[in-house]
Amino acid sequence: MRNPVSLIRHSLVAGVSSLPLLMAAAPGAHAAGMPQLDFRNPLLTGQVIWGAGIFLFFYLALRSWALPKVDTVLASRSQRINGDLDQARAAKVDADNAVRELNETKKAAAAEAQAHLDAVLDEERKQTASRLAELGSKLEVEIASAEKAVAEERSRALESLKPIASDVTEALVQKLTGTKPDRVRIEAAVAKVAAEKSTISAIA
Amino acid sequence: MAGGSSINVLEQFELHPVLGGLGEALSLSQAPIFMVVACVLVLAFLHFGMKPAAVVPGRLQAAAEICYEFIHNLAVDTIGPEGTAFFPFIFALFFFILAGNYLGLIPFSYTFTSHIAVTFALALMVFLIAIIVSLKVQGFKFFAHFMPAGAPVLLAPLLVPIEILSFLSRPVSLSIRLFANMVAGHVMFDIFASFVIMLAGLGFIGDVLAVGPLVINIALMGLELLVGALQAYVFAILTCIYLREAVSH
Repeated sequence: MRNPVSLIRHSLVAGVSSLPLLMAAAPGAHAAGMPQLDFRNPLLTGQVIWGAGIFLFFYLALRSWALPKVDTVLASRSQRINGDLDQARAAKVDADNAVRELNETKKAAAAEAQAHLDAVLDEERKQTASRLAELGSKLEVEIASAEKAVAEERSRALESLKPIASDVTEALVQKLTGTKPDRVRIEAAVAKVAAEKSTISAIA
Repeated sequence: MAGGSSINVLEQFELHPVLGGLGEALSLSQAPIFMVVACVLVLAFLHFGMKPAAVVPGRLQAAAEICYEFIHNLAVDTIGPEGTAFFPFIFALFFFILAGNYLGLIPFSYTFTSHIAVTFALALMVFLIAIIVSLKVQGFKFFAHFMPAGAPVLLAPLLVPIEILSFLSRPVSLSIRLFANMVAGHVMFDIFASFVIMLAGLGFIGDVLAVGPLVINIALMGLELLVGALQAYVFAILTCIYLREAVSH
């Protein structure tokens, strides 16, 4: 198909050039009354010829000057809007990626911190248990040593009590009976009671 | 206008030579002057409207863009994808008629679309362009349209002349529609305006009664604004329809 624009242009030129033929045919169509039908009037046919030229000029001015200006503005606006939309979409994708990366980083950091904390706590727990065990064994040794010292002190005290008890017993018996008792028997009786007492306290 | 006691409503359509002897020699009347004014107004509207070329348009630019898109959509939606090539022609046609119709509504101006010679020339131009495009696109298949598809061949002697007559009546109906609407509107204006003047000459009662035709004239102005746009639209859309038939295979 031939370019419709050139078709219109050629048709307009053909139309303008055929107008004199129409003018030649027009004068017979006069109707009295209506000035629009007074085809004998040269101004009436003249306005058609002038009109054809003016319309041709108007069409060419619109096609090559006025309408392309509007088209350019509309096209550039459309391009700009599409560009802005593309930029906005790209920015949104970037922002989404950044948020995802941030969340992943936060998650990884939290996991790392938790692992570190667990390791520290575990180490601390182990150290505490070790220290407690060490302290316990040390205390047991000290307790055993102290108990031994107490037992020795106690037996020593009990040993020092025997002559006193024998003296007191001898004096009491002498006071009560008026006779001096056998020292050997008294010491044997005190030793026997001391032995019973130490057995009872050892059992207790 | 009212001349003495008589009313000559057709006087407003008379053509007068302008520029004295030169105008007479060139057959230059007020009609071509108003055509030039109409074209300059449309071109100035587009030029000054689009001058800012702003991304966010102002009122005038928005109006120019709306006009552009309205006619572009009209051409493309009616004709099809080929409508883009015909768009400047449809735009020129629509705004030439619209500006002509609206210029005529200004007091003491002239309506060049109220002349059958002008409207017929425009319609004939559309008709010839449609035929040329049809012949270029369809070749001799164009003549097949004069015999409706599926109709019995025996009816051809009856149908073909009817179709040809219908086809040839297109420029006539196209031109008379616009011409008649414009003439009727301006005759009505003149008649009711004459009533106002005649009633005003009757004294106080006449002054009161003259309000009636004055109000009617104001209402007529609103109607004519609608008719002016509607007729330009009808002319443009019928042109698009003829061109759609021409470009369709």
